[in-house]
Amino acid sequence: MGGRDATMVLLDENGIRCDGRKIDEPRKIMIKAGGLKNADGSAYIEFGDNKILVGVFGPRDVHPKHMSNTDTGILRVRYHMEPFSVGERKRPAPSRREIEISKVIKEALEPAVMLEKFPRTAVDVFIEVLQADGGTRCAALTAASVALADAGIPMRDMVAAIASGKVADTIILDVNNEEDQAGQADMPVGYMPSLKKITLLQLDGVLTPEEYKKCVDVGVKGCEIVYELQKKALHDKYFGNRKD
Amino acid sequence: MADKRKYVIPGDIVTSGPFRPEQNVVLEGNNIIATAVGISEIYDDSVKVIPLTGKYIPKINDLVIGKVISHTSLSWELDVNSCYVGFLPAQDVFGRDFSTHADELSSKLKTGDLVAARIANFDRTRDPLVTISDRDLGKIDDGVLVKISPSKVPRLIGKKGSMIQMIEMGTNAAVTIGQNGWVVVSCETDEGLLKAKKAIEMVNEKAHIANLTDLIKDMLDGKDES
Repeated sequence: MGGRDATMVLLDENGIRCDGRKIDEPRKIMIKAGGLKNADGSAYIEFGDNKILVGVFGPRDVHPKHMSNTDTGILRVRYHMEPFSVGERKRPAPSRREIEISKVIKEALEPAVMLEKFPRTAVDVFIEVLQADGGTRCAALTAASVALADAGIPMRDMVAAIASGKVADTIILDVNNEEDQAGQADMPVGYMPSLKKITLLQLDGVLTPEEYKKCVDVGVKGCEIVYELQKKALHDKYFGNRKD
Repeated sequence: MADKRKYVIPGDIVTSGPFRPEQNVVLEGNNIIATAVGISEIYDDSVKVIPLTGKYIPKINDLVIGKVISHTSLSWELDVNSCYVGFLPAQDVFGRDFSTHADELSSKLKTGDLVAARIANFDRTRDPLVTISDRDLGKIDDGVLVKISPSKVPRLIGKKGSMIQMIEMGTNAAVTIGQNGWVVVSCETDEGLLKAKKAIEMVNEKAHIANLTDLIKDMLDGKDES
């Protein structure tokens, strides 16, 4: 989204951020479960200006065979950004960054999925970022977990994710692209809300120990907001016209 | 005991207390947590979740429809719409005195044939072993294969088989339902066949509707000519 003003004020004196949000307010989030007919499970998320589509296949046969594990199923994640997802065309080949994010998302989902029930199989998660605006890994993780639930993969809990960070010496929730570029710290947090366990925690920037603790707390609170929306997406698809 | 039904998604606490966790639930501390999107049911001493989505996972004694995908000199491999292939040993068809020299496997079942089979054995270490040596089992000679979602098979069968009986009565078709979501319909008349097929597909699409039985009945009676 190259059009925005680069010399903007990140946080004004009234505590309003560059895109008009309060310090503890996430962007507008919309999650939809299902949508892809040929995938076993799928989800679409709009997280502010991020637009991400996730498809899940499996459990299914592992190819190449040597990757399979006789004790448990394996999880494979591909995070990919479309060439048109960013301001300047991105080369479509997986970059170092995309390979790393694939691994990070895989490791954030692994504590939740119960693949030990399906030995010798694989579950494939394909994440396509259609439009990126900062915080795609969190949005992708959130959508991937909805898609896995949609595919009927047994899970101990959903994984919700959101980034917290530090901008203009203040801890904020849900870092957008500008705040990520010009801010002081960015901390993606992945969280299992029912089990109250963190599955993803990264930090780019410098925080004092107190700020660090506050940042994690803010992130976890944000994840709970995201979780409600994940819940709603699944309820809408499966129980939409039923009375509870 | 169906009064304690609840719609759940993975991570939801179904209940807490001394219950035995059954299908699609796990015990975490003192809470019983759902692991699938579905409907939870609490019985006297146990809890389970009926899933609304997911692939077919073989279970011993399930009747399944399989498609022969290949054979070796000792066994056939069946596609049973699961993440595992069904293993059908030649002895099961030829009997104990099966000999790799005398008997040719493709003389009985060829690649692409449909069979009604039963899961004889399955555990996490091996692919499911299937058998066709029982009455009502074996090669399917005629009929049309309809694929539905495995999680909707119970809906197609209905309470004590009510739904499927209604479809069979209404169309004079014979319907074989595999637990794996594959259904074979055969009928003497083409109209009956098409009607039964349409009814099954309708159940698959509208499985969540409460008065589905009436809807199917109307369709079978020819009231729905849209």
